[in-house]
Parts: sequence; structure tokens; C-alpha cells
Amino acid sequence: MSYKNYRLKIFEKASLCRNFENEVFKRVNEKLINFPVYLSAGQEYVPSSIAQIVKDKKQKPLIFGQHRGHSIYLSFGGNIIELIDELLGKKTGCTRGMGGSLSINSNKINMFGHEGLMGSNACMGVGACFSSAKPTIVFLGDASVEEDYVLASLSWAAKKELPILFVVEDNNYAVLTKKKDRRDWKAKDVAKAFKLESYDIDDQPKKIFSVLKKNLFKKPIFINVNTKRLFWHSGAGVDEEVKGDRLTIEKKFLGKKADKIHRNIKKKIENLWKQRLEK
Amino acid sequence: METTLREVIKQITFKHLKKFKGQVFGQNLTGVGWVAGTLPKLYEKDGVIELPMADVANGGMVTGAALVGRRPFYIIRYQGYNWLNCIFIVNYACKSKEIWNKPAPMFIRGLSSEGGLGPVSTSSHISIFYKMPGIKIYSPMTKNEYTSTYKKFMKSDDVFYVSEHRKSYENKIEFKNSLKKNLDIILMPISVTRFEAEKAKNYLNKNGYKVGIIHLYELKPFVLKKKWISMIKSSKYGVLMTDNDYVDGIIRTLAHKINEQTNKKVNVLGLKDKSAGYTLKTSNFPPSALEIINKIKKIKAKKRL
Repeated sequence: MSYKNYRLKIFEKASLCRNFENEVFKRVNEKLINFPVYLSAGQEYVPSSIAQIVKDKKQKPLIFGQHRGHSIYLSFGGNIIELIDELLGKKTGCTRGMGGSLSINSNKINMFGHEGLMGSNACMGVGACFSSAKPTIVFLGDASVEEDYVLASLSWAAKKELPILFVVEDNNYAVLTKKKDRRDWKAKDVAKAFKLESYDIDDQPKKIFSVLKKNLFKKPIFINVNTKRLFWHSGAGVDEEVKGDRLTIEKKFLGKKADKIHRNIKKKIENLWKQRLEK
Repeated sequence: METTLREVIKQITFKHLKKFKGQVFGQNLTGVGWVAGTLPKLYEKDGVIELPMADVANGGMVTGAALVGRRPFYIIRYQGYNWLNCIFIVNYACKSKEIWNKPAPMFIRGLSSEGGLGPVSTSSHISIFYKMPGIKIYSPMTKNEYTSTYKKFMKSDDVFYVSEHRKSYENKIEFKNSLKKNLDIILMPISVTRFEAEKAKNYLNKNGYKVGIIHLYELKPFVLKKKWISMIKSSKYGVLMTDNDYVDGIIRTLAHKINEQTNKKVNVLGLKDKSAGYTLKTSNFPPSALEIINKIKKIKAKKRL
């Protein structure tokens, strides 16, 4: 597969996530969804790139996400209709209508729901990985990595040399508080101190691939990926226009083919939402 | 020689590890008395896993082990550490079956002790678990009770909190309920207070009182049996419950449930509502036989006035 085609595959996943989130944004504003939603638009290149690498390696890891989980779910092959139904509070949803936006769960893709305590998934992911010896991915945010129990989990994963990947989707904010106002250390340095193979990169798929290609699930790895969230921490709103949106950059690079993919996916998702709303 | 409860716990743990490929997690397990002699001398290769000194994270890690079906035992050596360990257990493991249809069965062994260990480690702290949905709580003090609790766990996919007491490990006897119609009062003791309640009952019955006893070890779900209801209803002064958790904890909730179903007064004796120090003078001990006797005398005297 050519490099461009590889990027197109990742783009396809990211486009699915973006279009999905845009549609949720609309539905929230229409008040068709009346509970807190956590949109991941702008950050979708992180799970999309990782999901493609995992797929190419023919692995089916245990996935422990947090509250901002729509893109993780979709990137790893979660059923779109079930996610729509979940957001509409239907029993046919991926979490039987109990999870809302925050607790996305799927037995089909080994994704474990989140209860809302930031970073708890690091502890559970480490325990599940240790006890099952199965490859595992834990998605965190730059805020949750500050939780003491997350640090303890990183330490134990390193000690036990688990086949686990920790991913920090770092958008620099804990709600609206910047990292520089919260700490003077880098997550990568702390992970390194625990003897984890650790990286601090941006969300270019090439960079994500380059740090994961060799040792993914062979040893514990920690990646802090700098990314940009487009919408509010919770709900459907925009504070200011974000510069350097990865999807826009990639779409421009990939040209007409990407444009077409994006348009088709948009139409498909709009239709699916319409159908589920009519049902 | 008759076996002790300590030996039974050790045997059950050995069977769980060897026959069912379970795991046992905890801190400082492999050494320093092997959890008061209740843990077989096994190591990580056998499934006995030393966790780091990170209690909050550990509760989550064991939850992870439970989610992937290893039916872990989790040993909390002092129930005071429940405060740190309970967070992810009660908020995730206990809810996981109901919300995500992913059970996380685990067998938590919480060890309590009797006073003299300061403000945190002293006595039981199960009330913090009690209010949360999705958990079953037992407090076995005898071999049969412990074995029965383990068997229930192996048939269940729920989180079990097993509140143990170090003083019970040498116990070889089984407790029997003592009930008949028209008693003066019925004792309903929990955990280690059952030993003292038995002494109090025997003393009082030799001294002209008619005292019955219902030994409680299945605490959640709590079921008040029909026979118990009828005996309580026919009693003169109702019930006196005793526990080695704080008096404003689980015992008040249970007392209220009993009162609702019997319309009889239910008195309670537990740890006093005060902070415990480290000395005999300043500690906070569970009710002794003498305190139970005095309380019953007071109840009787008050009723006569």
C-alpha cells in the first residue's frame, strides 16, 4: 500500500468521526439530545491513526476510553447505528441507552465503558491487561494523567512489562484551565521516569506510526499526542476558531479523493441519523 | 485437631488459586505473617500478586482483573484502607454489570481488628460500601459461614465484600440462633460483637432475663426471615443490635429496616461517635459483654418507668 493510500485509509476513519460529531453537534443544538455530550472533533486523528496501525497488525486490543469516546468507538469499528441509538437514549444503543455520551461501551470491539472518574480507566486497563495478558489501549486526557492513581498505574505497567499502550490526547486544557497553570512537568518525562518507552508528538499519522511500528504491544508504551479540540469541553459550542486542524490539513494534502470520501461519509451519516430519528 | 477459621480461609484460597486459576491481589501479602496466616505460602507464578502501595489505583487494577473474568480475591489488610480502596470498586466494579452488562465479580477480604490502632485502622469500615448498589456484604465469623459465603460467590457474578475480623481466625465453633416466643429482648450482633453478645446472653439468661439471639452475617442483601419477625414482634423490648462499625453506620440502616417490618423498638450499640486514639484509654472499642448487659438492664428499667 502506498503512503498516500495509507493516509487515505486513516482519513476515512477520521472523516467518519468528524462527520459524526458534526451531526451530534447539530442534534444537541436542536435539543434532540438533552444530556451532556463530549465531542471529540479535532482529536479524531489520534484514535484513527492508532486504530489503523492495530488493524494492520491484526490485533484486537482491550480498549479503555474515557468520557470523550465517540471517535475511539468509531475508529475501532464500533457500530454507528448503535452509537446513534445510544445518544438518543434507546435500548438498542451500544450501552443499552444507559451510557449516554460519556460511557460508550461495546463488547464487539472490546471497549469498556467509563464511569466518569477521570483516569480510572488507566487502573482498570492495567489490571485487565495484567490478568488477561491481552494487548490493551488506555486513552487519557492531559488532565487525567495528573491523577495520582494514573501515575501509579503507569508505574505498575512498566514494572510488569505489560503489552499496553497509554495514549494521552493532549489538547492543553482541563475544561478551560491550561496545562501551564496546572503543572510544570511533561507527561512524557514522568512516564520515562517510570521506565516506560515514551514520546511527545503531534497528531500527524506518520509520527504516530513511527513511534508505534516497532514495539506496539511488545512492551508498555506511553504517547502524549498534542492535538486540538474544536468544540467545548461539554456540549455543542465553539469558543474560537482553531488553527491547525489535522483533518483539514490532511484533506488538503490528499486532494479530490479525500474530498469525495468526506462528502460521501457526510451524506451517509446524515441519512443514518435521519433514519434513526424517524424510527 | 479441629480446624480453625484461619485454616479454612487458607484452604479456600488455595483451592481458588489452584483449581479455579483465580488470583489474589493485595499489599504485603507474601511475608509478615502471610495475612495473619490466612494465605497459603504461594507467589506470583501461583496467582498471588503483590500490588504497589497505591491503594486507590489498586482497587481499580483489581476491578480490571475482575472484568476479564479472573474472579480475583482482593485483600485489604486493614479496613481503614477501605476509604482509599473503595473508589473504583463501588463506582465501577459494582455498577459494571448493570450499566455495561460486564460483570466484575471479585471477593474482597477486608480485615478488621479490635481497637488500639488509632483513628483509621481500628475496627470495621463497611458502611462506606454498604450504601452503593451492586455489592453483597457478608461478615462471617465461623468456618461454615465462610465456606457458604465463598460458595455463593462462585455461583454469582457480583462484587462480594467479606468483612473479616482478626479475632475470629482462631474460632472453631459455629454460632446458633436462640429464639422462642415472648422473650424479653433479642440480640442481633454483627461481626466480632457476636462473641461478646453470646457471653452477655448467657449471663442474662442465668440471671432471670429471657434473651434470644440472632447471629447476623449476611448483611447485604439483608433479609429478615419470617420466623425472626414473628419472634421480634412477640418480644417485650424488641431488639438490641451490636456492631464494630460506627454506631451511625450500617447498623442504624439495618435497625430501621427491622423497625419497619416489626414495629418494635430496635436499639443499637456500635463504635462510639468519637475519634479513636492509639492507647487503651483513648481507643474506640466495640461493645463488650458488660456494655451489652448494662444496656439491656437500662432498656428494661426505662420500660418499667
